[in-house]
Amino acid sequence: MKITVEADKCCAGGQCVLAAPEVFDQRDEDGIVVLLTGTPDSSQYDAVREAAQICPAACIHVTDN
Amino acid sequence: MTPGSNDWPARVVVVGASAAGLAVVEAARGQGYRGELTLIGDEPHLPYDRPPLSKQLLTSDWSPERLLLRERAHLDELAVAMRLGQPASGLDADSREVVLADGDRVPYDALVVATGVRARRLPGSDGISGVHVLRTLGDALALRAELTPGRRLVVLGAGVLGAEAAAVAQGLGAEVTVIDPLAWPLARIVNREIGDWLADIHRERGVDLRLSSAPVTAIRTTAGRTEAVELADGTVLPADTVLVAIGATPAVQWLAGSPIVIGGREPATGSGGVLCDRRGQAAPGIYAAGDVAAWQDPATGEHRRYEHRLNATEQGRAVARALLDPDFTPPPSVPYFWSDQYDLKLQTFGTLDADDQFTVVDGSLHARRFIGVSHRDGLVRGALGVGMPRQLRAWRTAVADRAPWKETTPA
Repeated sequence: MKITVEADKCCAGGQCVLAAPEVFDQRDEDGIVVLLTGTPDSSQYDAVREAAQICPAACIHVTDN
Repeated sequence: MTPGSNDWPARVVVVGASAAGLAVVEAARGQGYRGELTLIGDEPHLPYDRPPLSKQLLTSDWSPERLLLRERAHLDELAVAMRLGQPASGLDADSREVVLADGDRVPYDALVVATGVRARRLPGSDGISGVHVLRTLGDALALRAELTPGRRLVVLGAGVLGAEAAAVAQGLGAEVTVIDPLAWPLARIVNREIGDWLADIHRERGVDLRLSSAPVTAIRTTAGRTEAVELADGTVLPADTVLVAIGATPAVQWLAGSPIVIGGREPATGSGGVLCDRRGQAAPGIYAAGDVAAWQDPATGEHRRYEHRLNATEQGRAVARALLDPDFTPPPSVPYFWSDQYDLKLQTFGTLDADDQFTVVDGSLHARRFIGVSHRDGLVRGALGVGMPRQLRAWRTAVADRAPWKETTPA
């Protein structure tokens, strides 16, 4: 699995962090998404897919290898 | 039930190809559903996002292509039959068919209503050149073309849409007047203290914000084009362009005569949505999600609609689970909302009712960077943040749990 984010689309809602806190975080100053890893462990796949689906700005993209 | 269960509906039809409808088909495939999926949409476009219509699209920072919710390749992988540019005109629940505007009939075993809302129009304003609403991509592009320096724009309504569009237009150099019969902007979402604070910001930027305004009596025209907005108190506001941002009504007309019950009516407009139980079911085999849906709130028993972007996705995902699993109960939801105005981002979790107590717990309104918490009877009901998104998220659990109110940031 490979994750990419479009940070300029991010609405800083933090829903991705709620879904997958080991993969996503938010910048302190403006809450914009921070990708902690672009290639997460397989144990995180379901949480990452949920984060991508739930993102209200549709700025998280997941590609399965 | 296990994936591929014989109890699963063979054909799932989703009417409405926006955020909620997309979430249904995406989540159904995610659950292992391999049956026929059909997505019907009245607009010709692939599913696109609406919040940027009054933000990045209106400023011209983004092209329309950036609004697409998913790339075409991703949609192809979902194997969904798309019927776009084709409004549903009726529902024949006896024969389990959706009737399309061109007369075609689409059979279903399970149906999801995700038709969203339509912009309310000002009576008598149809056909007047220069009078706009803002709900679709086409609406936004038409309005955008008129927002040029010096243009006199009158915005009817200081709700989220009107306030965001006013901020964009002011930034583009238009002369902006906003009128609203209510006493503060975003009155359905924020309390008076925040509303007054926001009103000051709009005025500081140069917007002529007229609150507690008399109602509009007419749009004055010359050669079929808007010239001025007339109010009941005799005020005449010159207007080269008018944006009607007076709310929206659920798109349920096509359901007339079907067994679907319309309810959860709002006192202000009388408009109701598709009445659903707490799993989003409206009738046997029929579900609804997103702006159009009035789900029952398990905590209060009341039916309520939310025109919030996150709600569309959450309900769409929940409906996909519910129609495949009769034992599924959606997890509790925390309403989330955001609005961008000028360089400010407002965010809320939960609700901020006008008669709740409101306490600023971090930062200050003066600094335009703060978190305020709404509480009643000693319990947390909502939190609003400006410029502190990460810190605001820490309050979400307290809002979800209706935790006892105390003025310390949760761990």
